[in-house]
Amino acid sequence: MANLQMPLLKKSAVQWWEPVLWLLAFSAPWAFPHHALIINEIAIVALFAVSLDLVLGYSGIVSLGHASFLGFGAYTAALFAKWIHPDPLLGLVVGTAAACVLGALCSATILRGSDLTRLMVTLGMALILFELANKFDGLTGGSDGLQGVVMGPVLGRFEFDLMGQVAASYSLAILLAIFFLARRLVHSPFGATLMAVRDNRLRAMAIGLPVSARLAVVYTIAAGIAGAAGALMAQTTGFASLDVFALERSADVMLMLVIGGVGWLYGGVVGAVVFKLMHDVISNITPQYWTFWMGLFLVVLVMVGRERLFKPWTWMGRS
Amino acid sequence: MTILFDGIAYGMLLFILAVGLSVTMGLMNFINLAHGAFAMVGGYLTVVLMQRFDVPFLVCLPIAFAGTALLGAFLERTLYRPMYRKPHLDQVLFSIGLAFMAVASVDYFVGSQQQIMQLPEWLKGRTELGAGTPWELGMGHYRLFIIAVCAALTVGLQYVLSATRFGSRLRASVDDPRVAAGMGINVNVVFAMTFAVGSGLAGLGGALGAEVLGLDPTFPLKFMVYFLIVVAVGGTSSITGPLLAALLLGVADVAGKYYVPKLGAFIVYTLMLAILMWRPQGLFVRQGGK
Amino acid sequence: MNSSTVVLQTHGLVKRFGGITATDHVNLSINQGARHALIGPNGAGKTTLINLITGVLPQSEGRITLEGADITDLAPHQRVSRGLVRTFQINQLFSGMTPLETLVMVVSQHRGLGSRWWQALGQDKAVVERCGQLLEQFRLTDVMHQRTEQMPYGKRRLLEMAIALACEPRVLLLDEPVAGVPAGEREELLHTVSALPVDVSVVLIEHDMDLVFEFAKRITVLVNGAVLTEGTPAEIAQDPQVKAVYLGHGEGAHV
Repeated sequence: MANLQMPLLKKSAVQWWEPVLWLLAFSAPWAFPHHALIINEIAIVALFAVSLDLVLGYSGIVSLGHASFLGFGAYTAALFAKWIHPDPLLGLVVGTAAACVLGALCSATILRGSDLTRLMVTLGMALILFELANKFDGLTGGSDGLQGVVMGPVLGRFEFDLMGQVAASYSLAILLAIFFLARRLVHSPFGATLMAVRDNRLRAMAIGLPVSARLAVVYTIAAGIAGAAGALMAQTTGFASLDVFALERSADVMLMLVIGGVGWLYGGVVGAVVFKLMHDVISNITPQYWTFWMGLFLVVLVMVGRERLFKPWTWMGRS
Repeated sequence: MTILFDGIAYGMLLFILAVGLSVTMGLMNFINLAHGAFAMVGGYLTVVLMQRFDVPFLVCLPIAFAGTALLGAFLERTLYRPMYRKPHLDQVLFSIGLAFMAVASVDYFVGSQQQIMQLPEWLKGRTELGAGTPWELGMGHYRLFIIAVCAALTVGLQYVLSATRFGSRLRASVDDPRVAAGMGINVNVVFAMTFAVGSGLAGLGGALGAEVLGLDPTFPLKFMVYFLIVVAVGGTSSITGPLLAALLLGVADVAGKYYVPKLGAFIVYTLMLAILMWRPQGLFVRQGGK
Repeated sequence: MNSSTVVLQTHGLVKRFGGITATDHVNLSINQGARHALIGPNGAGKTTLINLITGVLPQSEGRITLEGADITDLAPHQRVSRGLVRTFQINQLFSGMTPLETLVMVVSQHRGLGSRWWQALGQDKAVVERCGQLLEQFRLTDVMHQRTEQMPYGKRRLLEMAIALACEPRVLLLDEPVAGVPAGEREELLHTVSALPVDVSVVLIEHDMDLVFEFAKRITVLVNGAVLTEGTPAEIAQDPQVKAVYLGHGEGAHV
């Protein structure tokens, strides 16, 4: 019977290309110092995409407001650094924790109703946070954004440099750490129960899964991770602005995930890289028409079928 | 009172804009986030006709309706139909993609500036009633016109739904497409016509609303949220539901912006969130409806 | 526990939908180790009754007890963890997972390991062994690595049953389990169920009378949502009322 364990364990084992990928990623800011800033951006956005994958790909929750947690983490971390303590890791923890709390509170909203309801509720949450941040501009800087966030050195030793290399390495390190944890999670029995809830909620209940509790937990975790991404964003750019809550953010990250493939964690990473690079290239050629090509791409993607266009072995996230 | 009046005008406009979306959702179970693009098309069509070809405003309105309806019918047949069976995530992505393309195309061909709508003389102006009293009512003539047109359309829609054969076919198809097909109703035709009419109404709404809401290429994205709110709160199984939801939304938005300008749209979003938490299927859903 | 202990009982269970009474004051009593069949014409409310017992539908009136404890207010998943497990008339499977993964997940959940997030799926040897047994028992070993959505119908039906057994049921409610299973395998499937140890009590909804009479030791007949009669297979086979219900349908007799 031991030979049954092997195929299962193989799925969660580290593939040969993974360490190679990460090694390349970590060396990139040093090999291409002039691109360190965009590498940093990619790492942050990849983390954000991974968090959405937990919710969308593994649990089947269609959310158009995931940026709520990104923004909440960003502002919390920025405010923390500005008024309480400039240590990056501490701020990261605070930002993540705050987003977790928000996620736990919001998880009550996504449990009931149809896909459309969930879409609206998640969207509404992000819009409400946008308005709140706008209103409390004494605290948040309103539409000018929260400026002057000066960070202390990471681990007390590595100062953030102007080129952004330290920032990029910092973000990559956090990305790797969280990614590793998320990876364990999705390949665990807990992760399997999430997929069961996604695939067939009725049956999941009928085998004894406390569906609502599971969804609430995963939503909270994903919120925390998104908050971490937001905190990184605020810390590495020294700045937090309202557009972190905007619909475009939530839509962009969904796009990234779809490009990379929903339901296998690397989809978020791959999608982030591809999206950012495409954006860079296309924006340099025709700045206004990025929207058009993105739209066309989406239409074609859906018509051809997400599975057939990319990774055939990926599971399609069924909403 | 003026606020109430303006709110009702806004609400009725929203209703006409969103009713097509609601019926499409209920009928085809399709989340169409490109609905706002049809409204935009109607608006731009009207502006172009008026500015370049000197077509009178009143004539433009039916043209806006018909033109957008034709476009809707065409797209339904070609692009939308294969999408009905796809999961909701795919539908969302697809329609967002269409919306993006529409927005970018309009930006390219017409430019990104706000379009100014020149209203005919007889629609400009205001009537003041009871000036100086707490019941002061200032009725902009254009808003009065909007209310009148939308009310007429609503009555017409309700009539079509309840008293015509097409209406009963539509209602049967919404209730259960398979059974309806089994009864000999050509569900495809019902879908196509409904989509066309819904888009046409959106186009008409876009034309009517250009003066009140503004018209620029970002219109579909800006207002999509409002349409979705109307549908989510009002439900998809009637047209009175979205009507009431739209009125509620219109009044809440206008009142909110007037009394508490700093919070702006916050009130609307919070209200929507609260309603959806309380009744996830929408406020006005029939028992046993979708 | 002996066979006269009641493990599952409904007390005056009623369900109304608008003007229709789908379940009409049903008192059902299942004994320990039962092999109990629930039969009745189409629309008699058999599946509704199962839905009420498992908590998928809320009842309009009445109470349900499981092994003496009142479970009326418990959520569906709570009833399952007390050992009340069902299968579905139409396969309800997890399309993206393989049979092996599905069963490992279910067994893990039932052994309290379902919330373990740091351990890999398949790391627990005992769990995997149990799944291997189940896969063999239900002849699913050859398809165990196929994604469920790609499996042939007969195999999916078997998986449907295997999932229920992976939940370590004490009371098993089977809703037309052999529908769509090829004739040669039906008996075998039901034999597997009959051969379950005495501490599992089984209630079966079925239309195939041959199978019912072969499998059941006790039969309840449900008509229009109410219990018409109950008894041993011999008693039911000779009951004139039951005959009228079943045989009368094609010959213009009224119920």
